[in-house]
Amino acid sequence: MSSLKKLTQKRLFLPIFSMILVMLINVIYDIACGNMPLQFFVITIKNGVLYGRLIDVLNRGSEIAILAIGMTLVVSSSAGTDISVGSVMSLYAGVCCMILAGYGNVNVSSYAHPLLVGILGGLAVTTICGLFNGLLVAYLNIQPMVATLILWSAGRAIGLLLCNSQIVYVRVPSFQKLGAYTGIIPTPIIVAAICIAIAACVLKFTALGTYIQSVGINKKASRIAGFNSAKIILLTYIICGLCAGLAGMVATSRIYSADTNNIGLNMEMDAILSVALGGNSLGGGKFNLAGSIIGAYTIQAITTTLYALGVSSAQAPVFKAIVVILIVVIQAEPFKAYMKKLTAKRTQAKEAA
Amino acid sequence: MEAGVVLKMKGICMEFPGVKALEDVDFTLKKGEIRALMGENGAGKSTLIKCLTGVNKFQKGEIFLDGQQIVNKDTMDAQNKGISTVYQEVNLCPNLSVAENLYIGREPLTKIGTVNRKEMNKRAATLMKELDLDVDVTRNLEEYSLALQQMIAIARAVDMDSKVLILDEPTSSLDDNEVEKLFIMMRNLKAKGVAIIFVTHFLEQVYAVCDGITVLRNGTLVGEYEIADLPRVKLVAAMMGKDFDDLAAIKPENTGDKRKEPMVIEAKGISHAGTIKPFNLEIHKGEVIGLTGLLGSGRSELARAIYGADRAQTGTLKVKGKEVKIKQPIDAMKLGMGLLPDDRKAEGIIGDLSIRENIILAIQAKAGIMKRIPMAKQIEITDKYIDLLQIKCASRETLIKQLSGGNQQKVILARWLATNPDFLILDEPTRGIDIGTKTEIQKLVRQLADEGKSLIFISSEIEEMLRTCNRMAVLRDGAKVGEIDECDMNQMNVMKAIAGGDKNE
Repeated sequence: MSSLKKLTQKRLFLPIFSMILVMLINVIYDIACGNMPLQFFVITIKNGVLYGRLIDVLNRGSEIAILAIGMTLVVSSSAGTDISVGSVMSLYAGVCCMILAGYGNVNVSSYAHPLLVGILGGLAVTTICGLFNGLLVAYLNIQPMVATLILWSAGRAIGLLLCNSQIVYVRVPSFQKLGAYTGIIPTPIIVAAICIAIAACVLKFTALGTYIQSVGINKKASRIAGFNSAKIILLTYIICGLCAGLAGMVATSRIYSADTNNIGLNMEMDAILSVALGGNSLGGGKFNLAGSIIGAYTIQAITTTLYALGVSSAQAPVFKAIVVILIVVIQAEPFKAYMKKLTAKRTQAKEAA
Repeated sequence: MEAGVVLKMKGICMEFPGVKALEDVDFTLKKGEIRALMGENGAGKSTLIKCLTGVNKFQKGEIFLDGQQIVNKDTMDAQNKGISTVYQEVNLCPNLSVAENLYIGREPLTKIGTVNRKEMNKRAATLMKELDLDVDVTRNLEEYSLALQQMIAIARAVDMDSKVLILDEPTSSLDDNEVEKLFIMMRNLKAKGVAIIFVTHFLEQVYAVCDGITVLRNGTLVGEYEIADLPRVKLVAAMMGKDFDDLAAIKPENTGDKRKEPMVIEAKGISHAGTIKPFNLEIHKGEVIGLTGLLGSGRSELARAIYGADRAQTGTLKVKGKEVKIKQPIDAMKLGMGLLPDDRKAEGIIGDLSIRENIILAIQAKAGIMKRIPMAKQIEITDKYIDLLQIKCASRETLIKQLSGGNQQKVILARWLATNPDFLILDEPTRGIDIGTKTEIQKLVRQLADEGKSLIFISSEIEEMLRTCNRMAVLRDGAKVGEIDECDMNQMNVMKAIAGGDKNE
């Protein structure tokens, strides 16, 4: 009992528990359908690449996971959310494909400029977007949601403008590679893993985490203690912009085109949700990156599960909402307190009997 | 039930994870009585108050109000039953108007159910007038000084027809005049039959206004006394659980002229618009300068302008003979300065971080973001200061917000001591702190000075400044108006200088 109690008090318990819950739904469904019970976890090699629902979750969840890194830092430092990330992803697509195809071209099979120029150009633009958001929030004290609302609406439109309001296709294998496979492993998984690893190392080996949390909890006190609070907040928004660019990179390569109307659509909500599912307070302050990452993949697992269950993509949000409500309620403090009371009463009743 | 008893708490037990905050504590309060609740930091005073008002859910015990057992779900519930509280730190909304703050949650309504602002402002203005407070009720609360905010918080509680009024350290941010006003208010209420629980650290105030004293120590009840049965020395002994040598001098009678020592800080014409007019100040090695003056006279602001917490707009600053530009606190820190701010909650603690993280914060800031202080080093530093300053806590990973006020202050002090500063500014370091810790901090100040560090010491208590400072600077209305040398330093002279007169102009 006491070891179970210890387990439930671990910080990562709830995010992991939520993840397991989603997996369990899969298992139950498979049993009900007469499939193999653990089909969710089965990984096979088909056509020379890894194949399976789990791989699909990891693959498709890459963008959300990368976004979740930046979003976690932004939420922690500024107690607000960057709602422009989805739009900025699409802006990356516009910039990158415009550079690679040459302005005005819609369908190319060779680069107008080297691939690296396109990628770096796109990332530079998204980083500037982050800088812009950060300046508004940190130095002009505009509320994060209002400040990022500007690029939320403008980012996608600018991307569309750069592509002459058309979908630009770049049909070059080396461009598709980032969204396809490296060996037998889907490349997005590798990209996400590298991003997560870098973020983890930075947090482990520098004092960035302490800076961000301290500023997020008490801006004034942090300044007196020698932190440049505004600079730290600015930095988190820049990182968030860069992450949006990286997520955009994966998303664009996946469909080897700049479909600016659809890339990253509503993805800011998924990113914010991953932060919340990870057990992080949206009120800023303490954060737990691992929780957010698990949260990101949990969201993707829900989506994938729903498709596997045969729910149409139009209806999926309803079921997604139900699952999210369940998970969020389980994590809520009042609910936990209520459950504690209930179990206490039960043990009392047992002792009395 | 005994006659006249309005409130009775019986056998209250309260446990936080890892710490027993209260153990079997009783508390009795009679109608029309002012009862002091005394104890050192961490004795459980605030916890007991929070149990009474429903903020804390205690595990065992009963509360009777007018002989009836009650359970308070939250402060609102307690208020409706007639128990209102004014906490140590002002818990009002700074961005709302004074009137809105006074009537929040019980706004007068119009016939169609919207807030009747006219009526609300009128009532608020009348209330302010009754209490003799000069306040425009339509302006935002944040525009008023901390002291006035505190008075407004008390006014809010007073206006709610309470049977029991709890004042948790209400005087810690008030100057003598305001304290006297508050006492008049308290005596009036007492005459009306309101019972008052008065939590304070100031012994004089207890004897000035209270009828009875309840003493707590380490979460247990020491005793409930009538004021006549418990003279000062016995009270202190009861609080500390030992005899008391506080009144012994901690500074030699004459510390010698430090002005021959090399200059550490030389400020010329430094000012910050709206808070402090241009001033000159010289501070030498090993010197403790006291800044005195009424609240809002600019004593904190002077120090903040030197430190860069409020950026100086005019003047020059020399540190150890070299002219420097300080744009923000980190610049000052790199020159070997430190500032312990007066508003601990807003500018001192990082509430959700642990004691360890709070202590290493300043050295980490000095080291820079790329040079993370290794965990082993962090632990070593933290343990050293927990031991040195006797910080009472469950472990070094306890969140600082779970500590009592005095222990929080010690953590902030440790944060600065860890940077080994040459020049340290202590703004009200002993506010809201029990008498034992107070003496410890005063001794520490002298010890630092003897080690050759320079300090600015700001306090509302003249007594304490006389005991620690080498020299005092006097401020009035946002300007430095004079200095008092050690040989002239006594209560009378300081009071005269603060009050002002031709001689000091």
